[in-house]
Amino acid sequence: MATFDLIQTVTVGAGGAASIEFTSIPQTYTDLQVVASVRSSDGGGSLRIQPNGLTTNLSSRRLEGSGSSATSVTDASIVFVYAVTLSQYTASVFSNITIYIPNYAGSTFKSISVDGVMENNATESYQNLVSGLWSNTSAITSLTLAKSTGNFVHHSSASLYGIKNT
Amino acid sequence: MPTKLTINCTTGERAEVEMTAEEVAQQEADASAFAEEQAARQAQETAAAEAKASAQAKLKALGLTDAEIEALTK
Repeated sequence: MATFDLIQTVTVGAGGAASIEFTSIPQTYTDLQVVASVRSSDGGGSLRIQPNGLTTNLSSRRLEGSGSSATSVTDASIVFVYAVTLSQYTASVFSNITIYIPNYAGSTFKSISVDGVMENNATESYQNLVSGLWSNTSAITSLTLAKSTGNFVHHSSASLYGIKNT
Repeated sequence: MPTKLTINCTTGERAEVEMTAEEVAQQEADASAFAEEQAARQAQETAAAEAKASAQAKLKALGLTDAEIEALTK
């Protein structure tokens, strides 16, 4: 039976923050999961996932659906998630983003899967599914969620869970 | 300077620190790359919509009704 342990939760303060970084991640679990509730301070809705503070050896395929159209994007050098609720969207609505990283402490390349939504109740909502790869054999000891523009606003939060078999 | 929020998962220590110049440069590069991607996508969607409208107009000129065109293009 698998157990989910909450490792840490962080909530953004009044000044906002351009990135959230979990450091010194325990190596005692099999998988990691981040559950984020975030909103953007500007019109940019993307965030970058950065293992161990690095921006290299990353690639991804991103599927996006808006309700009226669907697109697929290949990113050769980055893992982007386009699901941070934009500032012009309905007030006080935060997006839901789940990031799953199996075998994060192992010595093989690390897959990263993401499921995220950002909503604008008046007109539209976006669904993002991302399959990412970090082509690095190092164990993941830190994980950064970085806004591509602007900040995560006050009350945005991210929780890191460890998953293991018991 | 933008700030980053860090949390040490072992000690629970939290800190709000200024991003380094390198991190700010990375953020700017991300913003630029994403803006380009969005512009390319928008251009692609506009071109597809224009092609669809053009095709529908040509079908209408051939004598198809709106219902027939809709049935073909659904």
